[in-house]
Amino acid sequence: MAKILIPTPLRQFTGGSDAVNVSGGTVGEILAALTTSVHPGLRTNLFTPEGKIRSFVNVYVNDEDIRYLEKDSTAVKDSDTISIVPSIAGGR
Amino acid sequence: MSAVAAPPVTLTPEEIRRYSRHLILPEVGMDGQVKLKQAKVLLVGTGGLGAPMALYLAAAGVGTLGLIDFDVVDESNLQRQVIHGTSDVGRKKIESAEASIKEINPNVRVVKHETALTSDNAMEILKDYDIVADGTDNFPTRYLVNDACVLLKKPNVYGSIFRFEGQASVFAMEDGPCYRCLYPEPPPPGLVPSCAEGGVLGILPGTVGLIQATEVVKLILGIGEPLKGRLVLYDALNMKFRELRLRKNPECPICGTHPTIHKLIDYQQFCGVVAEPPKSTLPEIDPVEVKAKIDRGDKFVLIDVREPHEHQIGNIPFAKLIPLGDVAKRMNELNVGDEIVVHCKSGVRSAKAANLLRESGFKNVSNMKGGILAWSDKVDPSVPKY
Repeated sequence: MAKILIPTPLRQFTGGSDAVNVSGGTVGEILAALTTSVHPGLRTNLFTPEGKIRSFVNVYVNDEDIRYLEKDSTAVKDSDTISIVPSIAGGR
Repeated sequence: MSAVAAPPVTLTPEEIRRYSRHLILPEVGMDGQVKLKQAKVLLVGTGGLGAPMALYLAAAGVGTLGLIDFDVVDESNLQRQVIHGTSDVGRKKIESAEASIKEINPNVRVVKHETALTSDNAMEILKDYDIVADGTDNFPTRYLVNDACVLLKKPNVYGSIFRFEGQASVFAMEDGPCYRCLYPEPPPPGLVPSCAEGGVLGILPGTVGLIQATEVVKLILGIGEPLKGRLVLYDALNMKFRELRLRKNPECPICGTHPTIHKLIDYQQFCGVVAEPPKSTLPEIDPVEVKAKIDRGDKFVLIDVREPHEHQIGNIPFAKLIPLGDVAKRMNELNVGDEIVVHCKSGVRSAKAANLLRESGFKNVSNMKGGILAWSDKVDPSVPKY
Protein backbone atom coordinates (compact mmCIF):
# COMPACT_ATOMS: atom_id res chain seq x y z
CA MET A 1 0.00 0.00 0.00
CA ALA A 2 1.26 3.45 -0.89
CA LYS A 3 1.63 6.00 1.85
CA ILE A 4 -0.28 9.28 1.52
CA LEU A 5 1.01 12.23 3.52
CA ILE A 6 -1.82 14.39 4.82
CA PRO A 7 -1.02 18.10 5.25
CA THR A 8 -1.95 19.94 8.42
CA PRO A 9 -5.05 21.75 7.08
CA LEU A 10 -6.65 18.44 6.09
CA ARG A 11 -5.84 16.41 9.21
CA GLN A 12 -9.15 17.42 10.79
CA PHE A 13 -10.73 15.12 8.21
CA THR A 14 -8.46 12.15 8.92
CA GLY A 15 -8.95 12.07 12.66
CA GLY A 16 -5.60 13.82 13.10
CA SER A 17 -3.52 11.28 11.14
CA ASP A 18 -0.58 12.72 9.22
CA ALA A 19 -0.21 9.66 6.99
CA VAL A 20 -2.66 7.13 5.61
CA ASN A 21 -1.91 3.89 3.75
CA VAL A 22 -4.23 3.13 0.86
CA SER A 23 -4.15 0.45 -1.85
CA GLY A 24 -4.48 1.16 -5.55
CA GLY A 25 -2.54 1.02 -8.78
CA THR A 26 -2.78 4.66 -9.84
CA VAL A 27 -3.00 8.04 -8.16
CA GLY A 28 -6.63 8.34 -9.25
CA GLU A 29 -7.59 4.99 -7.73
CA ILE A 30 -5.79 5.71 -4.50
CA LEU A 31 -7.31 9.17 -4.05
CA ALA A 32 -10.75 7.79 -4.89
CA ALA A 33 -10.37 5.12 -2.22
CA LEU A 34 -9.01 7.66 0.25
CA THR A 35 -11.95 10.03 -0.22
CA THR A 36 -14.75 7.51 -0.36
CA SER A 37 -14.21 4.57 1.94
CA VAL A 38 -11.29 5.71 4.13
CA HIS A 39 -11.89 9.41 4.91
CA PRO A 40 -15.00 10.69 3.07
CA GLY A 41 -14.70 14.09 4.77
CA LEU A 42 -11.71 14.82 2.54
CA ARG A 43 -13.73 14.61 -0.64
CA THR A 44 -15.00 18.19 -0.95
CA ASN A 45 -11.60 19.55 0.02
CA LEU A 46 -9.69 17.62 -2.64
CA PHE A 47 -12.17 17.40 -5.49
CA THR A 48 -14.54 19.79 -7.25
CA PRO A 49 -18.19 18.73 -7.45
CA GLU A 50 -17.33 17.53 -10.99
CA GLY A 51 -14.70 15.19 -9.56
CA LYS A 52 -11.58 17.09 -10.66
CA ILE A 53 -8.68 17.67 -8.30
CA ARG A 54 -8.96 21.24 -7.04
CA SER A 55 -6.50 23.67 -8.61
CA PHE A 56 -5.10 24.84 -5.27
CA VAL A 57 -4.18 21.28 -4.33
CA ASN A 58 -1.12 19.67 -5.85
CA VAL A 59 -0.42 15.97 -5.73
CA TYR A 60 3.09 14.58 -5.87
CA VAL A 61 4.37 11.04 -6.26
CA ASN A 62 7.65 11.13 -4.40
CA ASP A 63 9.08 14.53 -5.42
CA GLU A 64 7.33 14.89 -8.78
CA ASP A 65 4.10 16.74 -9.52
CA ILE A 66 1.54 14.42 -11.18
CA ARG A 67 0.64 17.22 -13.60
CA TYR A 68 4.03 16.49 -15.19
CA LEU A 69 3.64 12.70 -14.96
CA GLU A 70 0.51 10.91 -16.11
CA LYS A 71 -1.86 12.94 -13.90
CA ASP A 72 -4.57 10.70 -12.38
CA SER A 73 -3.27 7.71 -14.30
CA THR A 74 0.23 7.96 -12.81
CA ALA A 75 1.20 4.47 -11.68
CA VAL A 76 1.99 4.07 -7.99
CA LYS A 77 4.15 1.39 -6.39
CA ASP A 78 3.76 0.29 -2.78
CA SER A 79 7.09 1.91 -1.97
CA ASP A 80 5.95 5.32 -3.27
CA THR A 81 4.89 8.24 -1.15
CA ILE A 82 2.06 10.47 -2.30
CA SER A 83 2.04 14.04 -0.99
CA ILE A 84 -1.01 16.26 -0.97
CA VAL A 85 0.19 19.87 -0.93
CA PRO A 86 -2.54 22.51 -0.71
CA SER A 87 -1.74 26.20 -0.89
CA ILE A 88 -1.43 27.96 2.44
CA ALA A 89 -1.17 31.71 2.78
CA GLY A 90 -0.30 32.40 6.39
CA GLY A 91 2.58 34.73 7.14
CA ARG A 92 1.69 36.92 10.03
CA MET B 1 34.03 57.10 -20.30
CA SER B 2 31.46 58.92 -18.25
CA ALA B 3 32.44 62.40 -17.16
CA VAL B 4 31.61 61.82 -13.49
CA ALA B 5 32.15 58.29 -12.24
CA ALA B 6 30.24 57.45 -9.06
CA PRO B 7 32.66 56.94 -6.18
CA PRO B 8 33.03 53.24 -5.44
CA VAL B 9 31.03 52.06 -2.43
CA THR B 10 33.29 51.09 0.44
CA LEU B 11 32.91 50.06 4.04
CA THR B 12 33.61 52.41 6.94
CA PRO B 13 35.96 51.27 9.72
CA GLU B 14 32.91 50.77 11.94
CA GLU B 15 31.33 48.53 9.29
CA ILE B 16 34.53 46.56 8.89
CA ARG B 17 34.51 45.82 12.63
CA ARG B 18 30.78 45.04 12.62
CA TYR B 19 30.92 42.65 9.66
CA SER B 20 34.22 40.99 10.60
CA ARG B 21 32.73 37.47 10.66
CA HIS B 22 31.41 37.99 7.14
CA LEU B 23 34.61 39.55 5.85
CA ILE B 24 36.70 36.53 6.83
CA LEU B 25 34.38 34.22 4.88
CA PRO B 26 35.91 33.98 1.42
CA GLU B 27 32.40 33.55 -0.06
CA VAL B 28 31.42 36.98 1.30
CA GLY B 29 34.53 39.11 1.85
CA MET B 30 34.71 42.84 1.14
CA ASP B 31 33.05 42.48 -2.26
CA GLY B 32 30.15 40.52 -0.84
CA GLN B 33 29.65 42.88 2.07
CA VAL B 34 29.57 45.82 -0.33
CA LYS B 35 26.95 43.96 -2.40
CA LEU B 36 24.86 43.57 0.76
CA LYS B 37 25.29 47.25 1.54
CA GLN B 38 24.11 48.21 -1.94
CA ALA B 39 21.17 45.79 -1.96
CA LYS B 40 17.58 46.93 -1.73
CA VAL B 41 15.16 44.36 -0.35
CA LEU B 42 11.42 44.84 0.07
CA LEU B 43 9.67 42.97 2.87
CA VAL B 44 5.96 42.68 2.27
CA GLY B 45 4.50 42.49 5.78
CA THR B 46 6.32 42.89 9.09
CA GLY B 47 4.54 40.07 10.88
CA GLY B 48 5.53 36.50 11.64
CA LEU B 49 7.73 36.01 8.57
CA GLY B 50 8.72 39.65 8.09
CA ALA B 51 9.99 39.99 11.67
CA PRO B 52 12.84 37.46 11.57
CA MET B 53 13.71 38.43 8.00
CA ALA B 54 13.98 42.12 8.92
CA LEU B 55 16.06 41.46 12.04
CA TYR B 56 18.58 39.16 10.38
CA LEU B 57 18.82 41.02 7.08
CA ALA B 58 19.46 44.22 9.03
CA ALA B 59 22.13 42.51 11.12
CA ALA B 60 23.72 41.05 7.97
CA GLY B 61 24.13 44.52 6.55
CA VAL B 62 21.52 44.75 3.80
CA GLY B 63 21.75 48.46 2.95
CA THR B 64 18.12 49.25 2.22
CA LEU B 65 15.12 47.48 3.71
CA GLY B 66 11.68 48.49 2.50
CA LEU B 67 8.77 47.64 4.80
CA ILE B 68 5.13 47.50 3.79
CA ASP B 69 2.55 47.32 6.53
CA PHE B 70 -0.48 49.33 7.61
CA ASP B 71 -1.28 47.38 10.75
CA VAL B 72 -0.67 48.21 14.40
CA VAL B 73 0.92 45.86 16.93
CA ASP B 74 -1.62 43.74 18.78
CA GLU B 75 -0.98 41.69 21.93
CA SER B 76 -1.71 38.49 20.02
CA ASN B 77 1.21 39.27 17.64
CA LEU B 78 3.86 39.07 20.35
CA GLN B 79 3.86 35.26 20.50
CA ARG B 80 5.78 35.20 17.19
CA GLN B 81 6.43 38.67 15.73
CA VAL B 82 9.72 39.13 17.56
CA ILE B 83 10.52 42.49 15.97
CA HIS B 84 7.78 44.05 18.13
CA GLY B 85 7.87 44.19 21.92
CA THR B 86 5.31 44.50 24.69
CA SER B 87 5.71 48.26 24.88
CA ASP B 88 4.95 48.49 21.13
CA VAL B 89 1.36 47.28 21.48
CA GLY B 90 -0.86 49.84 19.74
CA ARG B 91 2.07 51.30 17.78
CA LYS B 92 2.26 51.16 13.98
CA LYS B 93 4.13 48.04 12.98
CA ILE B 94 6.44 49.82 10.55
CA GLU B 95 7.44 52.32 13.25
CA SER B 96 8.09 49.57 15.75
CA ALA B 97 9.97 47.49 13.15
CA GLU B 98 12.09 50.47 12.11
CA ALA B 99 13.09 51.12 15.72
CA SER B 100 14.19 47.48 16.19
CA ILE B 101 16.13 47.50 12.91
CA LYS B 102 17.89 50.76 13.79
CA GLU B 103 18.82 49.39 17.20
CA ILE B 104 20.39 46.32 15.60
CA ASN B 105 22.10 48.18 12.78
CA PRO B 106 21.86 51.95 12.37
CA ASN B 107 23.57 51.69 8.97
CA VAL B 108 20.43 50.26 7.40
CA ARG B 109 18.25 52.67 5.48
CA VAL B 110 14.61 51.82 6.25
CA VAL B 111 11.99 52.84 3.69
CA LYS B 112 8.51 52.78 5.15
CA HIS B 113 5.49 52.14 2.97
CA GLU B 114 2.54 52.57 5.29
CA THR B 115 -0.09 51.20 2.98
CA ALA B 116 -1.75 48.04 1.79
CA LEU B 117 -0.07 46.70 -1.34
CA THR B 118 -2.60 47.05 -4.18
CA SER B 119 -2.70 46.68 -7.94
CA ASP B 120 -2.52 50.47 -8.14
CA ASN B 121 0.67 50.94 -6.12
CA ALA B 122 2.54 47.62 -6.41
CA MET B 123 4.53 48.33 -9.58
CA GLU B 124 5.55 51.75 -8.34
CA ILE B 125 6.66 50.42 -4.94
CA LEU B 126 8.40 47.25 -6.15
CA LYS B 127 10.34 48.81 -9.03
CA ASP B 128 12.98 50.36 -6.76
CA TYR B 129 13.98 47.07 -5.14
CA ASP B 130 16.26 44.23 -6.21
CA ILE B 131 14.50 41.43 -4.35
CA VAL B 132 11.02 41.06 -2.88
CA ALA B 133 10.32 38.81 0.12
CA ASP B 134 6.72 37.82 0.60
CA GLY B 135 5.57 37.56 4.19
CA THR B 136 1.90 38.33 3.73
CA ASP B 137 -1.00 36.40 5.12
CA ASN B 138 -3.59 36.28 2.38
CA PHE B 139 -4.04 34.89 -1.12
CA PRO B 140 -4.88 38.12 -2.98
CA THR B 141 -1.61 39.75 -1.87
CA ARG B 142 0.39 36.58 -2.65
CA TYR B 143 -0.86 36.55 -6.24
CA LEU B 144 -0.36 40.31 -6.49
CA VAL B 145 3.27 40.07 -5.27
CA ASN B 146 3.93 37.17 -7.63
CA ASP B 147 2.52 38.88 -10.69
CA ALA B 148 4.27 42.17 -10.00
CA CYS B 149 7.58 40.32 -9.52
CA VAL B 150 7.13 38.39 -12.79
CA LEU B 151 6.26 41.57 -14.71
CA LEU B 152 9.21 43.47 -13.19
CA LYS B 153 11.58 40.46 -13.40
CA LYS B 154 12.42 40.51 -9.71
CA PRO B 155 12.93 37.42 -7.59
CA ASN B 156 10.04 36.67 -5.21
CA VAL B 157 11.35 34.97 -2.08
CA TYR B 158 8.31 33.10 -0.85
CA GLY B 159 7.42 31.67 2.54
CA SER B 160 4.10 30.57 3.94
CA ILE B 161 3.01 29.00 7.21
CA PHE B 162 0.10 27.21 8.80
CA ARG B 163 -0.05 25.71 12.30
CA PHE B 164 3.10 23.50 12.35
CA GLU B 165 3.90 23.52 8.69
CA GLY B 166 5.70 25.83 6.30
CA GLN B 167 6.54 26.20 2.62
CA ALA B 168 9.37 28.15 1.02
CA SER B 169 10.65 28.73 -2.50
CA VAL B 170 12.11 31.40 -4.74
CA PHE B 171 9.78 32.35 -7.58
CA ALA B 172 10.02 34.50 -10.69
CA MET B 173 13.73 34.03 -11.31
CA GLU B 174 14.77 33.85 -14.91
CA ASP B 175 13.82 30.41 -16.27
CA GLY B 176 12.30 29.48 -12.91
CA PRO B 177 8.66 28.83 -12.07
CA CYS B 178 6.40 31.39 -10.41
CA TYR B 179 3.74 31.04 -7.74
CA ARG B 180 1.06 30.58 -10.40
CA CYS B 181 3.02 27.67 -11.88
CA LEU B 182 2.70 26.01 -8.48
CA TYR B 183 -0.87 27.05 -7.76
CA PRO B 184 -2.72 28.31 -10.85
CA GLU B 185 -5.71 29.38 -8.78
CA PRO B 186 -6.41 30.31 -5.17
CA PRO B 187 -8.76 28.29 -3.02
CA PRO B 188 -12.29 29.61 -2.74
CA PRO B 189 -12.65 31.89 0.29
CA GLY B 190 -13.30 29.99 3.47
CA LEU B 191 -11.92 26.62 2.38
CA VAL B 192 -8.37 27.16 3.67
CA PRO B 193 -8.27 28.64 7.17
CA SER B 194 -5.93 31.54 7.95
CA CYS B 195 -3.50 31.59 10.90
CA ALA B 196 -6.02 33.78 12.73
CA GLU B 197 -8.55 30.96 12.41
CA GLY B 198 -6.27 27.93 12.48
CA GLY B 199 -3.51 29.06 14.81
CA VAL B 200 0.23 28.93 14.30
CA LEU B 201 3.14 27.70 16.41
CA GLY B 202 4.96 30.90 17.35
CA ILE B 203 8.40 29.57 16.46
CA LEU B 204 7.36 28.33 13.02
CA PRO B 205 7.56 31.70 11.20
CA GLY B 206 11.05 32.11 12.68
CA THR B 207 12.26 28.99 10.91
CA VAL B 208 10.48 29.74 7.63
CA GLY B 209 11.32 33.46 7.68
CA LEU B 210 14.99 32.63 8.12
CA ILE B 211 14.90 30.22 5.18
CA GLN B 212 13.64 33.22 3.21
CA ALA B 213 16.32 35.52 4.67
CA THR B 214 18.98 32.94 3.76
CA GLU B 215 17.77 32.87 0.16
CA VAL B 216 17.75 36.69 0.02
CA VAL B 217 21.36 36.86 1.18
CA LYS B 218 22.44 34.11 -1.25
CA LEU B 219 20.77 35.93 -4.14
CA ILE B 220 22.51 39.19 -3.22
CA LEU B 221 25.90 37.52 -2.90
CA GLY B 222 25.36 35.26 -5.91
CA ILE B 223 26.57 32.22 -4.00
CA GLY B 224 25.17 28.74 -3.47
CA GLU B 225 22.20 27.13 -5.15
CA PRO B 226 19.05 29.25 -4.97
CA LEU B 227 15.77 27.63 -3.94
CA LYS B 228 14.52 28.01 -7.50
CA GLY B 229 12.30 25.30 -8.99
CA ARG B 230 12.07 23.60 -5.63
CA LEU B 231 9.49 23.81 -2.86
CA VAL B 232 10.73 23.13 0.64
CA LEU B 233 8.10 21.74 2.98
CA TYR B 234 8.89 22.00 6.66
CA ASP B 235 7.01 19.96 9.23
CA ALA B 236 7.91 21.20 12.70
CA LEU B 237 6.13 18.42 14.60
CA ASN B 238 8.08 15.66 12.91
CA MET B 239 11.11 17.93 12.35
CA LYS B 240 11.26 16.96 8.70
CA PHE B 241 12.27 18.97 5.69
CA ARG B 242 11.11 17.68 2.32
CA GLU B 243 11.73 19.01 -1.12
CA LEU B 244 9.39 18.84 -4.10
CA ARG B 245 10.34 19.66 -7.64
CA LEU B 246 8.61 22.66 -9.22
CA ARG B 247 8.45 23.16 -12.91
CA LYS B 248 7.80 26.24 -14.94
CA ASN B 249 4.35 25.68 -16.40
CA PRO B 250 4.46 26.42 -20.15
CA GLU B 251 0.75 27.26 -19.88
CA CYS B 252 1.22 29.65 -16.95
CA PRO B 253 -0.95 32.72 -17.67
CA ILE B 254 1.78 35.13 -16.58
CA CYS B 255 5.18 33.48 -17.08
CA GLY B 256 4.33 30.78 -19.65
CA THR B 257 5.14 30.76 -23.35
CA HIS B 258 1.95 32.62 -24.30
CA PRO B 259 1.10 34.79 -21.33
CA THR B 260 -2.41 36.21 -21.13
CA ILE B 261 -1.76 38.50 -18.16
CA HIS B 262 0.30 41.57 -19.08
CA LYS B 263 -0.61 43.87 -16.22
CA LEU B 264 -1.85 43.58 -12.67
CA ILE B 265 -5.46 42.49 -12.27
CA ASP B 266 -8.07 42.79 -9.51
CA TYR B 267 -6.79 40.23 -7.00
CA GLN B 268 -9.65 40.55 -4.56
CA GLN B 269 -11.96 39.53 -7.37
CA PHE B 270 -9.54 36.82 -8.61
CA CYS B 271 -9.56 35.29 -5.13
CA GLY B 272 -13.33 35.65 -4.85
CA VAL B 273 -13.03 37.90 -1.84
CA VAL B 274 -15.38 40.63 -2.99
CA ALA B 275 -17.90 38.29 -4.49
CA GLU B 276 -20.31 37.98 -1.58
CA PRO B 277 -20.28 34.40 -0.34
CA PRO B 278 -23.41 32.90 -1.88
CA LYS B 279 -25.95 34.37 0.51
CA SER B 280 -27.79 31.13 0.85
CA THR B 281 -31.02 31.25 2.68
CA LEU B 282 -29.22 30.07 5.79
CA PRO B 283 -31.17 31.49 8.73
CA GLU B 284 -29.15 33.34 11.34
CA ILE B 285 -29.96 33.82 14.98
CA ASP B 286 -28.58 36.46 17.33
CA PRO B 287 -26.75 35.25 20.46
CA VAL B 288 -29.20 37.26 22.60
CA GLU B 289 -32.07 35.28 21.13
CA VAL B 290 -30.19 32.00 21.73
CA LYS B 291 -29.77 32.99 25.38
CA ALA B 292 -33.50 33.77 25.61
CA LYS B 293 -34.33 30.36 24.15
CA ILE B 294 -32.13 28.63 26.70
CA ASP B 295 -33.69 30.64 29.55
CA ARG B 296 -37.22 29.89 28.33
CA GLY B 297 -36.41 26.21 28.21
CA ASP B 298 -37.17 25.96 24.47
CA LYS B 299 -36.57 22.52 23.06
CA PHE B 300 -33.62 22.85 20.67
CA VAL B 301 -30.09 21.58 20.18
CA LEU B 302 -27.15 23.99 20.32
CA ILE B 303 -24.02 22.60 18.66
CA ASP B 304 -20.53 24.00 19.07
CA VAL B 305 -18.60 22.96 15.94
CA ARG B 306 -15.22 24.24 17.13
CA GLU B 307 -12.34 21.98 18.11
CA PRO B 308 -12.22 20.54 21.66
CA HIS B 309 -9.26 22.74 22.66
CA GLU B 310 -11.21 25.83 21.63
CA HIS B 311 -14.26 24.65 23.54
CA GLN B 312 -11.98 24.41 26.55
CA ILE B 313 -10.99 28.10 26.31
CA GLY B 314 -14.61 29.13 26.78
CA ASN B 315 -18.02 27.69 25.97
CA ILE B 316 -21.76 27.83 26.43
CA PRO B 317 -22.49 25.02 28.90
CA PHE B 318 -25.77 24.17 27.14
CA ALA B 319 -23.94 23.45 23.87
CA LYS B 320 -23.04 20.02 22.56
CA LEU B 321 -19.54 19.78 21.05
CA ILE B 322 -19.29 18.27 17.56
CA PRO B 323 -16.20 19.58 15.72
CA LEU B 324 -16.83 20.52 12.09
CA GLY B 325 -14.73 17.62 10.82
CA ASP B 326 -16.92 15.15 12.74
CA VAL B 327 -20.32 16.56 11.78
CA ALA B 328 -20.69 14.22 8.78
CA LYS B 329 -20.17 11.07 10.78
CA ARG B 330 -22.01 12.15 13.96
CA MET B 331 -25.23 13.32 12.32
CA ASN B 332 -26.89 10.18 13.59
CA GLU B 333 -26.83 11.73 17.09
CA LEU B 334 -29.38 14.27 15.83
CA ASN B 335 -32.99 13.97 14.69
CA VAL B 336 -34.03 15.39 11.35
CA GLY B 337 -36.93 17.19 13.02
CA ASP B 338 -34.84 18.83 15.77
CA GLU B 339 -34.48 22.58 15.91
CA ILE B 340 -30.71 23.00 15.62
CA VAL B 341 -28.56 26.06 16.24
CA VAL B 342 -24.86 25.83 15.38
CA HIS B 343 -22.06 28.10 16.48
CA CYS B 344 -18.27 28.34 16.19
CA LYS B 345 -15.78 31.10 17.00
CA SER B 346 -17.02 33.76 14.60
CA GLY B 347 -19.67 32.13 12.41
CA VAL B 348 -17.76 30.87 9.35
CA ARG B 349 -17.27 27.22 10.28
CA SER B 350 -20.75 26.98 11.74
CA ALA B 351 -22.19 28.22 8.43
CA LYS B 352 -20.43 25.29 6.74
CA ALA B 353 -21.79 22.90 9.36
CA ALA B 354 -25.29 24.33 8.97
CA ASN B 355 -25.16 23.94 5.20
CA LEU B 356 -23.90 20.37 5.57
CA LEU B 357 -26.79 19.54 7.91
CA ARG B 358 -29.34 21.17 5.64
CA GLU B 359 -28.01 19.29 2.61
CA SER B 360 -28.36 16.11 4.63
CA GLY B 361 -32.05 16.73 5.23
CA PHE B 362 -32.13 18.63 8.52
CA LYS B 363 -34.85 21.23 7.98
CA ASN B 364 -34.63 23.54 10.95
CA VAL B 365 -31.00 24.68 11.21
CA SER B 366 -29.78 28.17 12.00
CA ASN B 367 -26.38 29.72 12.50
CA MET B 368 -25.59 31.77 15.60
CA LYS B 369 -24.44 35.11 14.24
CA GLY B 370 -20.90 36.12 15.21
CA GLY B 371 -20.16 32.89 17.10
CA ILE B 372 -18.77 32.70 20.62
CA LEU B 373 -17.09 36.10 20.12
CA ALA B 374 -20.50 37.74 19.73
CA TRP B 375 -21.79 35.67 22.68
CA SER B 376 -18.97 37.12 24.78
CA ASP B 377 -19.82 40.66 23.61
CA LYS B 378 -23.56 40.48 23.94
CA VAL B 379 -24.45 37.80 26.48
CA ASP B 380 -21.65 36.67 28.75
CA PRO B 381 -18.42 38.70 28.93
CA SER B 382 -16.92 36.11 31.28
CA VAL B 383 -16.41 33.86 28.22
CA PRO B 384 -12.92 34.87 27.07
CA LYS B 385 -12.28 35.99 23.51
CA TYR B 386 -9.30 34.48 21.74
